[in-house]
Amino acid sequence: MEKFHTLTGLVAPLDRANVDTDAIIPKQFLKSIKRSGFGQYLFDEWRFLDHGESGMDSSKRQPDPGFVLNQPRYQGAQILLARANFGCGSSREHAPWALQDYGFRVIIAPSFADIFFNNCFKIGLLPIVLDTAILDFLFVSVAMHPGYQLTVDLQNQSVRTPDNSSFEFEVDTFRKHCLLHGLDEIGLTLQHADKIKAFESKRRQEQPWLF
Amino acid sequence: MQTLYDKLWNQHVVPTESTDVGGMSLIYIDRHLVHEVTSPQAFESLKLAGRKPWRLNSILAVADHNVPTTDRSQGIHDPLSRLQVDTLDQNCDELGITQFKMHDLRQGIVHVIGPEQGATIPGMTVVCGDSHTSTHGAFACLAFGIGTSEVEHVLATQCLLMKKSRTLRILVEGQLGLGVTAKDIALAIIGKIGTAGGNGHAIEFAGSAIRTLSMEGRMTLCNMAIEAGARAGMVAVDDVTIDYINGRPFAPQGEMWERAVVYWRTLHSDPGAVFDQTVMLDAAQIKPQVTWGTSPEMVVDIDGRVPDPAHVTDELKRKDIQLALNYMGLKANTPIQQITIDKVFIGSCTNSRIEDLRSAAQVVKGKRIASNVKLALVVPGSGLVKQQAEQEGLDKVFTAAGFEWREPGCSMCLAMNDDCLGPGERCASTSNRNFEGRQGPGGRTHLVSPAMAAAAAIAGHFVDVRELKNIDCPKNKKILILSQHLK
Repeated sequence: MEKFHTLTGLVAPLDRANVDTDAIIPKQFLKSIKRSGFGQYLFDEWRFLDHGESGMDSSKRQPDPGFVLNQPRYQGAQILLARANFGCGSSREHAPWALQDYGFRVIIAPSFADIFFNNCFKIGLLPIVLDTAILDFLFVSVAMHPGYQLTVDLQNQSVRTPDNSSFEFEVDTFRKHCLLHGLDEIGLTLQHADKIKAFESKRRQEQPWLF
Repeated sequence: MQTLYDKLWNQHVVPTESTDVGGMSLIYIDRHLVHEVTSPQAFESLKLAGRKPWRLNSILAVADHNVPTTDRSQGIHDPLSRLQVDTLDQNCDELGITQFKMHDLRQGIVHVIGPEQGATIPGMTVVCGDSHTSTHGAFACLAFGIGTSEVEHVLATQCLLMKKSRTLRILVEGQLGLGVTAKDIALAIIGKIGTAGGNGHAIEFAGSAIRTLSMEGRMTLCNMAIEAGARAGMVAVDDVTIDYINGRPFAPQGEMWERAVVYWRTLHSDPGAVFDQTVMLDAAQIKPQVTWGTSPEMVVDIDGRVPDPAHVTDELKRKDIQLALNYMGLKANTPIQQITIDKVFIGSCTNSRIEDLRSAAQVVKGKRIASNVKLALVVPGSGLVKQQAEQEGLDKVFTAAGFEWREPGCSMCLAMNDDCLGPGERCASTSNRNFEGRQGPGGRTHLVSPAMAAAAAIAGHFVDVRELKNIDCPKNKKILILSQHLK
């Protein structure tokens, strides 16, 4: 997993609640057996006027000029501002894969759907929860200032604006630790292999019908 | 005094030095269900890391998302879909994982076949790379969807690192009206608490109306827990649960069965157990539900109207409603019963079990689909559901009415195979998500119960299934739809 320490990046706004995983990456792109290459299909039905299929070269398609990520000022954005319940719907990790592959490293929203939130941490994409009032402020700031950037500092759990206002955010100790060091969670769990085996044999005795 | 969720959680915590790993617990997984869409990358990474599955007999695999529902003798024509299904077959063959292949009678939607086989039994932790894994909570399991990284984690370690959820009890008391089903309860709950209402929570469905539901009904309800934002939904064990499991192929037998049942009977919330939140619904007040928008929370009673954004004060909400109306091609204040449909889909892990098909068949018996309905599909949840329905003659009822009778799979719920809506087409669907493009780019989905979908197919527009006349009923009783009580 990619490490995450501090990032200063261009911000793009997606001013819409309940953005679901079908919108983030439509199902026709889930047929891939690879982890990479989903970025060009991110928000496919909103980003393009023509219909997309897996394997198409999106650089040759017709972008919808009305969609926010197609505006020249947001090209190269690494931080996405979103609204409540971002990532609701399916468990497809293809959604965080697509956001990351497109170039996003941080998503800031007032709330996230549980599975999506969890999936983000597994790949080094940082979902940050901030109050709706702060999000309102950030949405206005982005609209008013082309080139608006934020600095996200994971160690200090803060989001800093260009005029040095700072907003703190919460993150679980373990998830933070893994992100800061880019740790392989499976490797960490396997350090407890003996404990898992002991638990398993006890369980096998107590509830043999499970085995 | 513990809640059912507490009991399930505590049973599965693997003690480590500090009993928790930096704010997370190590949770042991009993059953791992696998399908072709979210597993190939996990198997690949596992292999690259030189690891093997921890416990093979915890895994049950099936291809369901990409499989065709039409004649399968020629295989899968879409090369990408075929590759994904072939990849699952190869991974399972190489590693020795139990799998029901496409031509196996037991093949079907992963959340239908687990319970059908008795591979889902009470007290288990059940995971799958699919958000509708919440379905299995109907058996008092802690069951939830996971992403591909976690699929790999479970394959490699039989565990997941998790943070405990808060608890939400949803009490549905009283008697459901005739023609009102578990699907309507689920949609009514989501209408009340919203699609984010259960975020961060595990839901326990309880109350007298839940106790009277069959296992099929409970599965429908738990299936939709994720649509209310909760990763897991669950129902306590009772006789209905135990009767359903008895005699199924993977279920314990003989002395082992007796011992299991004794334990299973403890799987309920203790009287006086404290929940973080409780929401109450009066079953008698629930009417058949129809969604009008692009989120399951955008739902109204069948005698209701499409909402008017002009009457909404919250600016974000108003904008959402307007966006949904635009996408759905609907005008504010239109009565739901005036909305005409182009297609009907009866199927999905929400509503493709035998009881769902009986309920729909009862409505269409002796009738024809309306001339404006271009396609009406019935897609059974598994080969065994299909076989049973055929033994009961339900296939003939559907085909005589103009429905197509298909092979089992996820089909038009998410349209990864050929079954999909065209742009602008409107569908009465028994599936679980009405998101933009879910059933095909530009497609418009209205979520309903199987009986309501069947009634819409006959009328050509949404109708109140409770008001349908002249429906043939068993034993000539003047009963319309008994879907959740019929056996």
